[in-house]
Amino acid sequence: MGAIITLSLLGILILYIGLFKAKNALLPVSILGLVLAMGFQLYDWNQQASPLYQGMVLFDHFSLSFSMLCTALTILILLLSKTYFKAISDNLAEYYTLIIFSLTGALLVCSYHNFAMLFIGLEVMSVALYILVGIRRKDKISNEASLKYFLMGAFSTGFLLFGITLMYGAAGSFDLAALKQYVIANPAEISPLFYAGILLLLVGLCFKIGAAPFHFWTPDVYDGAPILITIFMSTVVKIASFAGFLKLFSMVLVPLDAFWTPVLLTVVVITLFLGNISALMQTSFKRMMAYSSISHAGYMLFAILSIGTTSGSAILTYSLAYGLASIVAFGALILVNRHVGSDQFESFNGLGKSNPGIAFAVTIAMLSLAGIPLTAGFIAKFMMFSQVMSDYHTVLLVLAAINAAVGIFYYLRVVVHMYFMKPGHENTVEFPLNFKIVFVIAVILTFILGVYPNAIVGII
Amino acid sequence: MDNLFILLLLPVISAILLAFIKTPSARWAALILSLIQLGLTVPFICQFIPDGSIQFSQSFSWIDAMGISFQIGLDGISLPMVILTNGLIPLIILASFSHQHKGGFYGLISFMQAGLVLVFIALDAFSFYVGWEAALIPIYFICALWGDGDRIRINLKFFVYTFFGSLLMLIAIIYLYQQTGGNDMSWATLTSMDLAPEVQNWLFWAFFIAFAIKIPLFPFHTWQPDTYTHGPSAGTMLLSGIMLKMGLFGLLRWLLPIAPLGLARFGDLAMILSLIGVVYGSIIAFKMMDAKRLIAYSSIAHVGLISAGIFALNQTSIQGAILQMINHGISVVGLFFIIDIIQKRTGSRNLKDLGGLASQMPRLTICFLIILMGAIGLPLTNGFIGEFLLLKGIFSSGDYGVWYAVIGGTTLILGAVYMLRFFQKSMLGQRADGQGVLKDIHGHELVLLSIIVILVIVIGVLPNGLLQLSEGSVSQLLLQIK
Repeated sequence: MGAIITLSLLGILILYIGLFKAKNALLPVSILGLVLAMGFQLYDWNQQASPLYQGMVLFDHFSLSFSMLCTALTILILLLSKTYFKAISDNLAEYYTLIIFSLTGALLVCSYHNFAMLFIGLEVMSVALYILVGIRRKDKISNEASLKYFLMGAFSTGFLLFGITLMYGAAGSFDLAALKQYVIANPAEISPLFYAGILLLLVGLCFKIGAAPFHFWTPDVYDGAPILITIFMSTVVKIASFAGFLKLFSMVLVPLDAFWTPVLLTVVVITLFLGNISALMQTSFKRMMAYSSISHAGYMLFAILSIGTTSGSAILTYSLAYGLASIVAFGALILVNRHVGSDQFESFNGLGKSNPGIAFAVTIAMLSLAGIPLTAGFIAKFMMFSQVMSDYHTVLLVLAAINAAVGIFYYLRVVVHMYFMKPGHENTVEFPLNFKIVFVIAVILTFILGVYPNAIVGII
Repeated sequence: MDNLFILLLLPVISAILLAFIKTPSARWAALILSLIQLGLTVPFICQFIPDGSIQFSQSFSWIDAMGISFQIGLDGISLPMVILTNGLIPLIILASFSHQHKGGFYGLISFMQAGLVLVFIALDAFSFYVGWEAALIPIYFICALWGDGDRIRINLKFFVYTFFGSLLMLIAIIYLYQQTGGNDMSWATLTSMDLAPEVQNWLFWAFFIAFAIKIPLFPFHTWQPDTYTHGPSAGTMLLSGIMLKMGLFGLLRWLLPIAPLGLARFGDLAMILSLIGVVYGSIIAFKMMDAKRLIAYSSIAHVGLISAGIFALNQTSIQGAILQMINHGISVVGLFFIIDIIQKRTGSRNLKDLGGLASQMPRLTICFLIILMGAIGLPLTNGFIGEFLLLKGIFSSGDYGVWYAVIGGTTLILGAVYMLRFFQKSMLGQRADGQGVLKDIHGHELVLLSIIVILVIVIGVLPNGLLQLSEGSVSQLLLQIK
């Protein structure tokens, strides 16, 4: 709980710092605050977990590990932001505040124990993002993205609320423990309302994680938002939504899996194919990453599809691997875009010669996203695959294998452009210290996780 | 010095060191490091007892939560492969001496060596898969960075093709892993499970396709000629000399013991596919004018026969297959190196533009002739023993053994035809351009070709040492399958 309070206060503090024009203090104070929040989370780790505040929130190992992951990724993202925001907007303090508020929402989504908290968390997380996506006020694409995101977000929240209401109508409670009790107590006579609620909730959550066929907002919003915000959306927000998704299904809805498995299976298959095939068609690196994030949502849904005791650590590992790789990939895009002024694959041309460091980091990130051994992505994919295999969805696995092979095409395309194409621009891309630090951390973690994943695999 | 882990560690360390050398002197460092690796292999050969058991085995716990451990060890099937890998890599590095590559190139080779060694010594499926993929990444970069022609598209095809095969294998491995209750991946467990026949049937195909793509067997070979032709010579040597043995080794180590019932059902089909490759590769090789492409297709024919020997499932044929894997590695490296020399001297490797080199390059001609005889399989060369054992084994396998042997035996005739055609068009006759004096081989070229020639003859005359290594393990394997 300390973490959530710290972050809420931190957001307000940052606003005041902005008011007093102490621009240089913004970043250090934000990062210090986030580190402090992580400290609280570590402290909570060793405490006995029980639902707090009349069962509103629960800080068990599951929610704490996802919270820590989100906080840590936010720290890395903020490290990249040192000069980024200054260049695109005057409202520097608002940026940091909104990101921190959004993170607060994300932590609530990770640790809710009551539907009210899930809803509040999702809204806190999303409302801050609606502003962040459109923060380049004079940029049409950014505005379009913001509007699209807002409309779609409102729409999905509607579904979610409707679902929650129906489930409340059937079970008479918002509390996860009570809902669980309801499902277990009379499995034979569960109200149709409850089933309808599950479906609507599923739709709402699939909107949030960007799973097909509810993914239409993702590419445009990811493309239109400032890159740093895209990183935040595609990592922290997505991971938190997955944590919320998994928590609901693993705590409450496991006994009803015969009902929702076919629905989710359809979603997964469509998501995998749509994401991958669309990613294959892109000429812009940013849009390719957007579509690839859709297909990764498909892989991550594997863990929910064949839910079990290891689902949590599978999603956690996958999130970490995916988050690290995304930060490196988008971070490199920031640098390249700053230099060349374009998000196309062509702007990576010749990077292998001019900036071997960036090129190497991006290569590792791409290999990790593609799931090649010795990187974190492989361990994550392996866990997902064995998760699905434990339910004997062999056909799904073969489809997943085809998709993974298709994925190679577009992940290697960047590598091809970096190493095998002649550069269109002359001098080297600037590689500031803060980017170097983040890249080194991400690449080393990717390797450590890929070679010796003990630290994370059994954590939950 | 009998810690098997060193053989994995040294190439990784070498790769990191070499990556930072920015001058062409990296080749010396690479050569020395690879020779140290070869030196470290010697104690294992000396202390190896050929009784069919697994020796020098080591086991470390790896991912505790998933019950995965890291297990390595050597037996009579993997030891020849490790010798082949660590023996050929110094030769391949030597072959690239005239190309002025920087450290990155040799770093990739060393990294690939680590992956290859891991594939051969891994005794759990997880490590095996890691090594399998770890060997693929560097060879992709070697072939795509230093290749020629339409290298990007060709190598992407190669990568995606093999990666797809690997994923099928991964699915099969994960299936087996779940069968053990999700807590064991060791080779010993996975190969001693009683699986239902229908399960073994699809497991057979999952493994078979993965290995067949790598070998490559007909009809999974379509990536191979382009990749070989447009790769740099070192890349082609690595691919054909060592990497395709990963697939053949995989058949012996994993496919045969895991899915014996699947093998009983589909073994004949696999045998026929292998034999089609023999005839198909030979006939196309005969039509090729590009020397590198010619050897690429001849390679399809040779590995087809080796794989037919494996599917013949008897002591003679499998021992012959293991011996022939080594022979093929040696002669194919020699042949690709000769093509590289010819191309550098004359500027072309097209048989149309060549001819009459013998008069100006007598030393090259002699080496070429001996290596060629080894590739054809004439007596007193290494190829003879290998092919003889293979055909003898195939002959005595099952009801159709005679016919299989007859078809497989065409490799002797067809091989002689296209190889001699290659020799005649390039070495004999009139010089096509008719001008300029060509330097005969010297320096590192002479050293390398002499080593290969010596190996061709020594193994041809005294193959017993190598055959003894594999004898115990092969009979163990056959016992396990039955």
